[in-house]
Amino acid sequence: MALQPTIDPLLEEISGPTPRQILRKRVRGHMGLLFGLGVVLLLVVVAILAPVLAPHDPYLQDLGNRMVKPIFMGGTWEHPLGTDHLGRDYLSRLIYGARVSLLIGGVAALISGVIGTAMGVAAGFFGGKVDAVVTFLINVRLAMPVVLVALAVVAIMGGSLQVVIGVLGLLLWDRFAVVMRASTLQVRQREYVSAAQAIGASTPRVILSEIMPNIVNNLIVIVTLEMAHAILLEAALSFLGLGVQPPTPSWGLMVSEGKNMMLFEPWLVLIPGVVLFVLVLAINLMGDGLRDVTAPESRS
Amino acid sequence: MSAPVLELKNVAKTYRVKQGLFGKPKPLKAVNDVSLKLGRGEVLGLVGESGCGKSTLAKILLGLEAPTEGQVLVDGDAIGGQDRLALAKRIQPIFQDPYSSLNPRKTISDIVSLPLRVHGVGDAESRAKAVRETLELVGLPARVLNTYPSQMSGGQRQRVAIARALIMRPEIVICDEPTSALDVSVQSQILNLLNDLRDDFGLTYLFISHDLAVIEHLATRVAVMYLGRIVEEADVEELFATPRHPYTRALLNSVLTPDPSQGVPDTQLGAAYPNPISPPSGCHFHPRCPFAQAECKAKAPRPIPTASGHVECHLHDPESTMYRENLSV
Amino acid sequence: MSQLQENAKPLLSVRGLTLDIPLASGTLHAVRGIDFDLHKGETLCIVGESGSGKSLTSLAIMGLLEKNIRRSAQTLDFDGVDLIGASKRQMRTLRGNRIAMIFQEPMTSLNPAYTIGDQLVEALRLHRKVSNEEARARAVELLEKVGITAAASRLGQYPHQLSGGLRQRVVIAMALMCEPELIIADEPTTALDVTIQAQILSLLVDLTKEMDVAMILITHDLGVVARVADKVGVMYAGALVETGPASEVFGAPMHPYTRGLLHCIPQPGKTKRGEKLGTIPGIVPSLIGEVQGCAFRTRCPHVVEACRGEIPERGTPPHEFLCVHADGARAAEGEPA
Repeated sequence: MALQPTIDPLLEEISGPTPRQILRKRVRGHMGLLFGLGVVLLLVVVAILAPVLAPHDPYLQDLGNRMVKPIFMGGTWEHPLGTDHLGRDYLSRLIYGARVSLLIGGVAALISGVIGTAMGVAAGFFGGKVDAVVTFLINVRLAMPVVLVALAVVAIMGGSLQVVIGVLGLLLWDRFAVVMRASTLQVRQREYVSAAQAIGASTPRVILSEIMPNIVNNLIVIVTLEMAHAILLEAALSFLGLGVQPPTPSWGLMVSEGKNMMLFEPWLVLIPGVVLFVLVLAINLMGDGLRDVTAPESRS
Repeated sequence: MSAPVLELKNVAKTYRVKQGLFGKPKPLKAVNDVSLKLGRGEVLGLVGESGCGKSTLAKILLGLEAPTEGQVLVDGDAIGGQDRLALAKRIQPIFQDPYSSLNPRKTISDIVSLPLRVHGVGDAESRAKAVRETLELVGLPARVLNTYPSQMSGGQRQRVAIARALIMRPEIVICDEPTSALDVSVQSQILNLLNDLRDDFGLTYLFISHDLAVIEHLATRVAVMYLGRIVEEADVEELFATPRHPYTRALLNSVLTPDPSQGVPDTQLGAAYPNPISPPSGCHFHPRCPFAQAECKAKAPRPIPTASGHVECHLHDPESTMYRENLSV
Repeated sequence: MSQLQENAKPLLSVRGLTLDIPLASGTLHAVRGIDFDLHKGETLCIVGESGSGKSLTSLAIMGLLEKNIRRSAQTLDFDGVDLIGASKRQMRTLRGNRIAMIFQEPMTSLNPAYTIGDQLVEALRLHRKVSNEEARARAVELLEKVGITAAASRLGQYPHQLSGGLRQRVVIAMALMCEPELIIADEPTTALDVTIQAQILSLLVDLTKEMDVAMILITHDLGVVARVADKVGVMYAGALVETGPASEVFGAPMHPYTRGLLHCIPQPGKTKRGEKLGTIPGIVPSLIGEVQGCAFRTRCPHVVEACRGEIPERGTPPHEFLCVHADGARAAEGEPA
């Protein structure tokens, strides 16, 4: 500690950690975040490198080699996770299935994120009539059962990757809107927003440079939650035969195809099921972790 | 007084407040027919209890709220006709809470240079120079430039807020309780700084504070606000020497100077602050006034000119029956 | 205080109260061995800036500290009860009963879901075996005592229906329900308007005198201290640097920090209008890790080498201060010793 009386009082104690240093330190100490982030990143890499990593063509049927058992049940290294009822390599289908899950999760969350954030921020910032309209739309949306609406639309339009993405993207914006509205309302009260307005900053500028940076941490959390949500919904739709259509490899579809043989060959359901579970768990852990590490510092 | 740099003519702001889910919106007169003149280099202290409309008045002056009636003139120009950018060059705020007035995601350099960027002043280099100069002016070293507000103490943050307000060299600064969130020892540094800057740049302050000792120390004029109206206005010497309005007297009474030989004063203000949605009839102050009579309940007092300002009270209205009684008091 | 009371056994006796908060970066020595006594009916004001440890001190007496804060003391004695060794159960029977607390924000002590009446009745019936009717009668009596008109009809109201000043009156009434012997008030008027502040303070002063209740009032406002206190404790960086009767501490402040604080505020009549106010340069030092010597030396204009060492206790009871300078450097500032 400095023992001399300070000559320039203002020179001291501007030495606290920068927000970035705090973030780095918090990330390093957060096991859930590290695990979630690791698993998600690993799966993203796997999905991108699918053509390189997959040992076989996921569509190639080999009816002579149907339902070969995976390696841990006495199978061979030729098909480490065995083959399905059409003799397709299970590992390769699993790897390509990651593409479908991540694509649907990512794009659906992106679409609903854009819609929900725009609505929520507008409602929170402008209030009044805008808020009333948005709140009404949120209530309308919340009154619709997602799964039933998705089933109906897919049943009418026919199931395909694009339709599933579109339907989920247009259905999952409610949580974005609710959370962004609340966060904007909160940040809007802060005096730095008034200060920017008093400086003469335009409304888009105030929203983009004063409001958004302070609510983006909440946004990231919702993105992860909705990604997981969309991935699970896709699996459910595909399982019901109304999502991604065969022969596209999708984890939900793999569970569905395996369910007839579930009693005799439980691994057909277990393998895609466990992978789905791990991905959703990892995304949720990542979201939770991001919320923890980006939480604003409490005043000392 | 020199030509006023800031003038308010019959400014009023009425909000419509909904009561309950299906209630009819009721008018809330947050600011009610306020007229003020402020000369260059003056410091107008605005005092009153919370909810009296002083913060709404500040927002109107900053262009954050539009008055429902009346005009605000800066150097004789009505600011209703000016766009927000032009107004922002002339009037800047310093807010109460330096923990809320600085964006936590921006560096000090970003925060202080924002006005320059919004107004498109200069290039990156000249802006950086202006930021450094202004920070030096408020007593902050250049090495704070790349730090974030969370790394600073309350006093340092308030200096950053002052730098941001001054970088465009405004004529008028609205100080809304600029020291009430700060520790005593830091408060005096900020007050000294504000006083020095006023001398150096000929700034005009509207200084909102609940601390009358601070107002008496800094202000040249004082306006006392009650339920949206300015009930008394005068030069600081006059107001503190001969407070006329009973509310002003109560406020001055309630100042707690650090004098252990005195006890806690009796303000003689009985009832609590009234609900502004349904203000009392006649003089709004009458339910709390120790001198209230029937006339106060029936009739709103008119502004009576005094030596250096005005007061709104029947006790000082020569045409009122209460005037004579007041003389005998 | 009468001579008799000075010699009587104090109601609250604190010796060497120390609060340590373990942090990742080391131990924060938030309160560093403070001593004081409080007698029946006496008002002690602890004044200090944010981070001085004054609020933690009050929570430590109440036994309401966060779990991670380590509390130790040679003596922490309330009327014969050792508060350090007291069980949770013992503390519960003391809190709200013999020791009551008033916080800055009245809404923190009022439950928005219950009426004023219910909460006042509950406060009493938690500790006393009385009927609902008796408790209600006592509630009305106390609401009237704290200056609330139409008290009986207020019992059915909810906290949000009252103004801030009225809420704080209700909180005071609630604190008085069980006739406590000690009230700890932490910045009870900071959230209130000046006119209401004066009313609440005079209410507290009158009630404590009338009911012979001891009070510890925590504040940052020197004006409040001067007007309310019998005894003053000036706290800086976790230590009580000066204690004494209010008239002496304000009349002849001995510690350089006390004098510095008094110079910082504009005093009508003493400070010339527009004149530069005194300042205390620098900031409170970090209390993490070993703290040696006088914590104020980094900001003190009279710092000498000896300030790093053991700081002697100066003055004569009841007016004492901690400084290496025998006169607290008053002479150096041109003040009469």
